[in-house]
Amino acid sequence: MTAALTLGSQAKLAAEFGLSTDEYALAQQIMGREPNVTELGIFSVMWSEHCSYKSSKKYLRELPTTAPWVVCGPGENAGVVDIGGGRVAVFKMESHNHPSYIEPFQGAATGVGGILRDVFTMGARPVANLNSLRFGSPDHPKTRRLVSGVVAGIGGYGNCVGVPTVGGECTFHPRYNGNILVNAMTVGIADKDKIFYSKAAGIGNPVVYVGSKTGRDGIHGATMASAVFGADAEAKRPTVQVGDPFTEKLLIEACLELMATDAIVAIQDMGAAGLTSSSFEMAGKGGLGLEMNLDDVPQRETGMSAYEIMLSESQERMLMVLHEGREEEARRIFAKWELDFAVVGRLNNTGRLVLRHHGKIEADMPIAPLSEASPVYDRPVKRTAPKPALAAASVAAPADYAKALRTMLASPDLASKRWIWEQYDHMVMADTIQRPGGDAAVVRIHGTKSALALTADCTPRYCEADPVMGGRQAVAEAWRNLTATGARPLALTDCLNFGNPQRPEIMGQFVGCLEGIADACRALDFPIVSGNVSLYNETDNVAVLPTPSIGGLGLLDDSDKMATVALKADASDLVLIGATAGHLGSSIFLREITGSEAGSPPPVDLAAERRNGDFVRGLITAGKVRASHDVSDGGLYVAVAEMAMAGRRGAALTVPAGTVPLHAWLFGEDQARYVLEVDPNGSAALLESAQKAGIPAVRIGRTGGVTLTVNGDWPISVADLRSAHEAWLPEYMSRQ
Amino acid sequence: MKAAVIVFPGSNCDRDVAVALERATGTAPAMVWHRNTDLPKVDLIVLPGGFSYGDYLRSGAMAAHSPIMRAVAERANAGVAVLGICNGFQILTEAGLLPGALMRNTGLHFICRDVHVKVENAQSAFTSRYAAGQVLRIPIAHADGNYRADAETVARLEGEGRVAFRYVTEGGEAAEASNPNGSLRNIAGVLNAKGNVLGLMPHPERVIEPALGGSDGAAFFTGMAEALG
Repeated sequence: MTAALTLGSQAKLAAEFGLSTDEYALAQQIMGREPNVTELGIFSVMWSEHCSYKSSKKYLRELPTTAPWVVCGPGENAGVVDIGGGRVAVFKMESHNHPSYIEPFQGAATGVGGILRDVFTMGARPVANLNSLRFGSPDHPKTRRLVSGVVAGIGGYGNCVGVPTVGGECTFHPRYNGNILVNAMTVGIADKDKIFYSKAAGIGNPVVYVGSKTGRDGIHGATMASAVFGADAEAKRPTVQVGDPFTEKLLIEACLELMATDAIVAIQDMGAAGLTSSSFEMAGKGGLGLEMNLDDVPQRETGMSAYEIMLSESQERMLMVLHEGREEEARRIFAKWELDFAVVGRLNNTGRLVLRHHGKIEADMPIAPLSEASPVYDRPVKRTAPKPALAAASVAAPADYAKALRTMLASPDLASKRWIWEQYDHMVMADTIQRPGGDAAVVRIHGTKSALALTADCTPRYCEADPVMGGRQAVAEAWRNLTATGARPLALTDCLNFGNPQRPEIMGQFVGCLEGIADACRALDFPIVSGNVSLYNETDNVAVLPTPSIGGLGLLDDSDKMATVALKADASDLVLIGATAGHLGSSIFLREITGSEAGSPPPVDLAAERRNGDFVRGLITAGKVRASHDVSDGGLYVAVAEMAMAGRRGAALTVPAGTVPLHAWLFGEDQARYVLEVDPNGSAALLESAQKAGIPAVRIGRTGGVTLTVNGDWPISVADLRSAHEAWLPEYMSRQ
Repeated sequence: MKAAVIVFPGSNCDRDVAVALERATGTAPAMVWHRNTDLPKVDLIVLPGGFSYGDYLRSGAMAAHSPIMRAVAERANAGVAVLGICNGFQILTEAGLLPGALMRNTGLHFICRDVHVKVENAQSAFTSRYAAGQVLRIPIAHADGNYRADAETVARLEGEGRVAFRYVTEGGEAAEASNPNGSLRNIAGVLNAKGNVLGLMPHPERVIEPALGGSDGAAFFTGMAEALG
């Protein structure tokens, strides 16, 4: 490969590697000469959109990232927040979209592997995985195979490493036909005084490679993930990495064992752009230089060139700087776990990366201009005009409300995702105290009474209709889902999935969503501590719906106080918290029942979100709530049905007098709302305290029986709803 | 009761079972690395769940040849109680300490969910706290749990009361619909001829307190602690 490449002109090669003409000129200027093939390869991956965030950096800098409980914000392998008791939670969400479309099983599996490494690199034991999945239309010929492969890949990896996959979301839309989204999130727990960072230090310290051997897989994976797909997407299969969760499990145990000593100075996983980005980032952050001998890099194939070794994205590898003299102690631990261990270089003070291979210098380049001063673009932005508002009165009411509800609960986006999460081991580690299917998963902090609540959320149809409101809503929904369990939301990670940033309309979506996200983070005291940007999710000029996935983390001080969505008893009162305007624009009802995607999304009043959520959390913590559920996709009727299905008991809804049209009341997706099941003897006092606090609250019904009714009409059996809700996905997946 | 938990590369329920044992006995079990060749003197040896050796070759096949397994077999033959949960059950069949084999689930998928199992034999040291015929709700989490053995072996297992657990409906009926993985005669766990080796696919260590969604597994551990002193 190298020989063939050197025959072309370097400029042509630079273009093939995805560098623009200007970027190539800058590379020449930095080098003061023509870069060779290895060096050019390094420039191209380091400056790829995936690694450099060159289109998004300008806006990411504006995001709120601090709070008194934030220990480490964006810029490290993952974000870190204080969870009390001398412990921290370490978490991040990351995309593996392009590879998962090309090769769904390995693409999704290595997405999980990569995000796990980002977390245990920092010294945390991973305790939970989540994922956010977006597929094309169920009718698209590729969808079924992609769902099957992605789910098997996520399960195959997470199950084997023994980290429970506890939650996530999965929806379908034709705009993902050519580009699916696979966003994986890992949460880990570490001791606050044992966090590991990636900044190299100590001239003369050994640079050590551990884990799997390097092969020729995933070369230029980061470049592939930084371009739109053409008709040849499948031909890019060799750029997809191959995962081995067994090795990852050994790597977790070996790294954590070594981290219990004080031998490590700095550590970084080899993710996108492999050895290149890990070595540049570590040395760059430390302001140091590094000389590596590539002959010492463990290799599983013969005859690999320097270019191939540096650009390989082989999985399950880590790079670390050890204190001088601690090599043997570290080597013994990795030998115990049967993993490769090699000293591949030493730190120096030159500020340059020098690579030796077969006795020759294959690269000699300055580190800072590549790692810290990569190009930053201020791309043209065309802001998205929000879709016009849609009056509820202009939307036809359904002939049969109960039938509409049943149809919606069995629609692809609202249908139960049990078929997916039963393929994930969601209980290993024996601390999962709220399993998938609720508002948020809850995982106990091992050996304590406190617990982490975790959720992944985004409503892409809102982001499409109005990016600012959609961005706000994604954060607000995550915050609400955590709150509905009784948890105090602490921080979030984001995974920003958009189309081609060279199109001003896409940048408009991006900038709008980020603006909304930032508004919500500020208003809710819910900072962003880590994240990932995935652009170029686009095929033949069709971009994915703007999808800024939000991964939220909250803390329950006393896990015994946790609330769940399932109705617990007959003859309880149902109370709705939050105001109902009956907003049907961009709703699930509108799409599934009337076939329209028109209308602005529901406005998000962040002050009301905060007020209502804090009120609900207070009630849960005080033990005044039997069940609680946030109202989101599908509106109030769907929320109550979900509570009824989970609790296997009925409810009689009573519509408060003088409100909005019935279908808007039932199906409107107004924000900042929760349904609570409460003791009937306490509901009057609860409503009074809400009134005093200025919180809209109203009694909307009573639990009991085996049917769901509205004002005594439209009876439908909860068992019937449940079977429709559970049936869609397994039936869809079993069709040929 | 003193217990040892064997840790293979790829074991991932070792901590969970250690927590359950400590909760039942008040003493943390000894964690024994698979490369050891001898075992401490214990009353119970546990092979935990997980993916030993990444399930390469066949589930449990490589772990069955780990150095420690010779010592485990010696103790088993000497009458020491040996428990294999999930991957541990697979290892015990691969090591020849239990009859039969665990094949790929008939649905071909990994399945993680609560199932109902009936205690068929409440006489063993592992099940003494349960009543015969009692139905428990315990989770499974496996891709290879489809129990298979030749007709003669199955007849002997049934005849000798060595089917310890069977997948059943909530009402206790061993129906087709209650069989999550295609196991012959809904078999979820089996004993060896002497009754001192048990393998089962469900994970009792995952349901030892209500917060975890159930506590039907707690008596499994307290029962062993009692019976094995």
